[in-house]
Amino acid sequence: MIVALAGGTLPPDDVVVAALRTGDEAAFAALLDAWSRGMLRLARAYVSTDDSAQEVVQDAWLAVVEGIDGFEGRSSLKTWVHRILINTAKKRGVRENRAIPWSSAFERRGEPSDGSSRPSRSPGEDGVPPGPWKDFSALWPTPEDEALASEVRGQIATALAGLPDRQRIVITLRDVEGCTSEEVCEILDISAANQRVLLHRARAWVRGRIEVYFETVGRPA
Amino acid sequence: MKRFTHNRDKAVNAVKRFRCAEVVELVTAYLEDALDEPARLGMEQHLACCRECDRRLDQFRAVIGVLGALPSEDGLRGDVRDRLMSAFRDRRHRRP
Ligand SMILES: [Zn+2]
Repeated sequence: MIVALAGGTLPPDDVVVAALRTGDEAAFAALLDAWSRGMLRLARAYVSTDDSAQEVVQDAWLAVVEGIDGFEGRSSLKTWVHRILINTAKKRGVRENRAIPWSSAFERRGEPSDGSSRPSRSPGEDGVPPGPWKDFSALWPTPEDEALASEVRGQIATALAGLPDRQRIVITLRDVEGCTSEEVCEILDISAANQRVLLHRARAWVRGRIEVYFETVGRPA
Repeated sequence: MKRFTHNRDKAVNAVKRFRCAEVVELVTAYLEDALDEPARLGMEQHLACCRECDRRLDQFRAVIGVLGALPSEDGLRGDVRDRLMSAFRDRRHRRP
């Protein structure tokens, strides 16, 4: 029985897996709620619409339901579920002509295409999380009012959207979803060095875009 | 003199000297703690006396912090979630 879910932390894998095998609906619901948002964000990197992403995540979870009895615990449950998701998303992406060649991930494909021409989207009206903005405001103008904080989030979203797919997937898994480098290597089946190169290029690009943004808005008109 | 040579080699091996362009490329490896000891020391030595690179490192950290706090996307659509829950229930009925 899954109980300790306060604060969003899941019990250890063996507990969760045992609960799923016995048909514990609360356990399954907890897992759906814990991972689906991240999975949707990831799926969205492979397919072209939000509806397709919903379908990909749905099909991945159905495969998890079918396959849970065969889960051998050679990787973590999270890695296993995300690998199923990536495989499902890839198949779907191929149908949509959005195949991502991971095997050639080492090739230099130049810097990301310029995402600055895209209009920035306003990401909503959530409160400003104090932690990250505290570090941020030591370096760039303080996003003290929600309008600027929201504008910066919009700039970051735009910068992410301007990245090549593989870089966006890696930075999404690592920095947005908080996966470890080991998890990302396992999920995407790439080497640690390759993961680091992709992550570094992606971070450098986002940092550069934010720098450019503040150079632009910082100057009096 | 043998001892002198030995000491000098050791000093050379102990800390790598980096140019700014090299430091830029190693920021993520540094943050991942993936550098060997001489490279890490060289990195820290450079950062201690180069404001520009030190600031860039802080900017990387700041960007990583904000990325980790982005508002999450909408979750699963209600109908999708319902379908998954009922698929999970059906499975138990098929395999008691
Ligand atoms: Zn420097």
